[in-house]
Amino acid sequence: MSKVEKPISQPNELFFREIRNDFSIFQKLKLVYLDNAATSQKPNCVLQAEQEFYERYNANPFRGLYELGEHATTQYEQARQTVQKFLHAKYPEEIIFTRNATEGLNLVAYSFSNYFFNDGDEIVVSIMEHHSNLLPWQQAAKRTGALLRYLECDQQGKITEEALKNLLTDRTKLVAITQISNVLGCKNDLKKIAQICHERGIVVVADGAQSVPHIPVDVTDLDIDFLVFSGHKMLAPMGIGVLYGKKRFLEQMPPFLFGGEMIDSVSRNGAVFAPIPHKFEAGTVNAAGAVALARAIQYINHIGFEKIQERETALTVLAMEEMKRIPGVHILGAEDPNDHHGIISFTLEGVHPHDIAFILNADHIAVRAGHHCAQPLLQHLGVSSSTRISIAFYNTEQEIQTFVKSLRQIRRKMGYGESDIL
Amino acid sequence: MENRTFYNEVLIDHNLHPAHKHDLKHANLILEGINPSCGDDIWLKLQVENGQVVDGAFQGDGCAISQASADIMLDLIIGKTKEEALELADIFLRMIQGKTTEKELEKLEEAAALQDISHMPARVKCAVLGWHTMKEMLKNESN
Repeated sequence: MSKVEKPISQPNELFFREIRNDFSIFQKLKLVYLDNAATSQKPNCVLQAEQEFYERYNANPFRGLYELGEHATTQYEQARQTVQKFLHAKYPEEIIFTRNATEGLNLVAYSFSNYFFNDGDEIVVSIMEHHSNLLPWQQAAKRTGALLRYLECDQQGKITEEALKNLLTDRTKLVAITQISNVLGCKNDLKKIAQICHERGIVVVADGAQSVPHIPVDVTDLDIDFLVFSGHKMLAPMGIGVLYGKKRFLEQMPPFLFGGEMIDSVSRNGAVFAPIPHKFEAGTVNAAGAVALARAIQYINHIGFEKIQERETALTVLAMEEMKRIPGVHILGAEDPNDHHGIISFTLEGVHPHDIAFILNADHIAVRAGHHCAQPLLQHLGVSSSTRISIAFYNTEQEIQTFVKSLRQIRRKMGYGESDIL
Repeated sequence: MENRTFYNEVLIDHNLHPAHKHDLKHANLILEGINPSCGDDIWLKLQVENGQVVDGAFQGDGCAISQASADIMLDLIIGKTKEEALELADIFLRMIQGKTTEKELEKLEEAAALQDISHMPARVKCAVLGWHTMKEMLKNESN
């Protein structure tokens, strides 16, 4: 049992110092890990949950006509219920386990669009989408003859209601949009977007990859039609993710992958597909991953999003204040740290992001550099590439200071003098 | 992996003050080289007459390693014959794989400053971008 299960009564600083001990990687490596938007680190309880599944419950779920097989099925289905409650979905069968957010988006883009889109229909995606919420729709448009249209944001990442309303036509069938941008960290008002879209009979697909790990997400309150996220960005192992979809859509949609355990009966001429969610979970599932994800959710719930947000915001405020004091640093997106949700992308004048990441790496600091799988957004912002730090609750003030100190030295290391005009 | 020694004076100087980063109106060979992992994107322009590299330049964006490497390369190959330039490219690319003799390294002059990149797989593509582009241009021209 990990330390976090003790009742929380200590002051925050002490509490989070203890949290740090739940992550073995920080004891084993000299590492300032600031690439949490790419993937999070994993607490010991999650690693143990995965191992425990294989040690105590391992059988192929839904197949074994023996006790162990039933245990495996129960573990897997309990994990589904944990996710359902976490997202406030109405029914457990609205939770489909996938490999990751990308797979969930591909599932919807194939299964929904092939069935519901006609020539000349319109799909709207925002300009700030990760490629995983863009490429599946680009391809869907090509397959179905639908038109892909872009919802633009301003330099701070803000998308106005007006911009959305102006873009929607009577041919718009679907809007695919992220809840939190993986580059700017800004949050889109999904509830409002869903309301505007639903008034016009338009389906809303939300990418929760950057939001679900960091803020409470209530799909029923937001009233979005689909939501995806990846387990590995929220303390769970790689290879487990979730697609939430409203029951009435999932029931109508044809399967995405075909094979074992997604059918009721098969004949020479065809098959009767299983009801949801199993219709969308062909082949042997990642039960251990699902169980570990459920454990990650319990861990997050135990800390509580209030504490997580408070901690991540405090670290973001500190990082942005310190970074703004460094000559040549330009932070992308909003001025207000509260609009960043732990994600700070920046440029440093005269130094390419890959050189920045490389120099930081020599001080054992891990950051992301490049286009962050969001090339259209960077083009829209007029930046060819940037460096990104992304913060999690287990990061420390000391780590932010180490990063800032290292960042401050980079221009000098690259040959610029103190007096060089910026 | 110590970058204080890796980003050495030669590399920093060529990155900050590249002698050959400009347009070349009389170029008769032009090729774009892209490193998708880094986003480095250079246009290499050469003026080749009677089998000799008379002049050369590059334009584009990229990390310090790609920029400095392209600039150092142009320093070396301007004035050389095509065969000599291709031989230098061959030595450079082998240096990155750690397969060169001391004598060969001497021929590379300042480009030998990039020798340590062979220990950094993530940056190898940056260092070889200009060289690969040049090799491709001159080889195609020979055919």
